[in-house]
Amino acid sequence: MLIKFYSSTIGKKVVVALTGIVLLLFVIGHMAGNLKAFGGYDDKGVHKLDSYAIFLRDFASDVLGHSGFLWTMRAVLLVCLLVHVFTVIQLQRINSSGRGSRYAVVNPSSATVASRTMFIGGLVLLAYTVYHILHMTVGVVHFGGFVEGRVYANVYRAFTLSYVTFIYVAAMGFLGLHTYHGVWSLFQTLGLNTPDRHFVFINLARLLAVVLFFGFISVPLAVYFNLLPPPNVAAGVAG
Amino acid sequence: MKITLNVWRQRDASSEGSFETHQLDDVSPDMSFLEMLDVLNRRLEAEGKVPVAFESDCREGICGVCSLMISGQAHGPESGTTTCQLHMRSFKDGDTIFVEPWRAKAFPVIRDLVTDRSSLDRVIQCGGYVSVNTGSVPEANSVQVAKENADKAMDAAACIGCGACVAACPNGSAMLFTAAKLAHLSLLPQGKPEHERRIKRMVEGMDAQGFGACTNHGECQEACPKLISIEFIAKMNRDYIKASLLPEHTSSELLKAQ
Ligand code: FES
Repeated sequence: MLIKFYSSTIGKKVVVALTGIVLLLFVIGHMAGNLKAFGGYDDKGVHKLDSYAIFLRDFASDVLGHSGFLWTMRAVLLVCLLVHVFTVIQLQRINSSGRGSRYAVVNPSSATVASRTMFIGGLVLLAYTVYHILHMTVGVVHFGGFVEGRVYANVYRAFTLSYVTFIYVAAMGFLGLHTYHGVWSLFQTLGLNTPDRHFVFINLARLLAVVLFFGFISVPLAVYFNLLPPPNVAAGVAG
Repeated sequence: MKITLNVWRQRDASSEGSFETHQLDDVSPDMSFLEMLDVLNRRLEAEGKVPVAFESDCREGICGVCSLMISGQAHGPESGTTTCQLHMRSFKDGDTIFVEPWRAKAFPVIRDLVTDRSSLDRVIQCGGYVSVNTGSVPEANSVQVAKENADKAMDAAACIGCGACVAACPNGSAMLFTAAKLAHLSLLPQGKPEHERRIKRMVEGMDAQGFGACTNHGECQEACPKLISIEFIAKMNRDYIKASLLPEHTSSELLKAQ
């Protein structure tokens, strides 16, 4: 039954929508967590961003073990991301063959930049995600003195470089577009959209796109324009 | 009016097509788009050339065979209008117009502007009908249909199967067509008993014809000469999810009730 459902185009679209919801919820949480960068230092000289990282690492560690929560989340997200991307590639194949030959004149009426860049923009976001993990989690492409566990210091040193700031801000532009079309689309794909709810869903999509874009770029830009204090090198918590 | 017309000419499905340019100097703004093409064809015939092949039948917006992509817009620039109901007054004097056939993998070109849209018929053959015995005409108030459902069913039933939705969709998707055909049956009591079977078979049939999938651009509802809304696609998605993932129930219950 599930295999038959997945083999249909509608079934595939539903899978993309559901995995998209998981990724969206993660992205919202990630954005909210990033705002701890504005939290400053506590009495012990530990930055709020660093203590938030420790909180995530130790969350439910009595049940899931050391870093158990983090790794569970990572596993769930990785599976969702892979399923999302894999299914989209299958759909993209079907869609690009659906047109056949090209029109000489194209005059779109309602397709938006967001709706037309879902696939390309999605690939950009995928590439960015890989870069971002190597940059801020693994640290191998950091080039500013990456120290594991010193989240605030790593963030601060990263965004003093203009090219890094540019990459992050540009990628968040794609994230905003992807969110805008994706959020509205998922309600339509899951069959929840009706004419009287359309207004709510389209504005929710706009709101999320704008909040995510500005929420995410606020930290890199604040660092780049010297609005945040430099990291306290002496204090801090290691790994 | 003076119009420069670039018309797509193509011998058959397997040959390469190209644009042919014609200058029309005395086009009346009251002509329909097809009448303008008639004038062009009469001239071509008089010159001993092969006329442009295009389809038309009712010329009053109900049969759905006139199917032209006019400067990148299915059925031309007016909303809610078929090509046969489009008038030259919708264009400006001196305009250059590009006329192309519907382009979709499932709509091979037969000649010039004529395409083979029998793939849509094959979707209907997968279950776009009512095959249960619904008896003779019931007594007026014995089968009650909610006003909202009656209206929605009529909105969906306005589909004339012209294929503009497929032609306008960047993915060549037939979801608006299929959704409309499903909705006008499933919203009415006569169509309900077979609903779950029908939606599964028609979606499968739609996919099998080589149409793309929907990415929610909304181009189809803009192109639709009958202004059918993508709300029906949402309904199809919802119904398909239910029919595929929940145990089948409505069919047997309703069939028993009959
Ligand atoms: S010719 Fe019948 S709808 Fe245009």
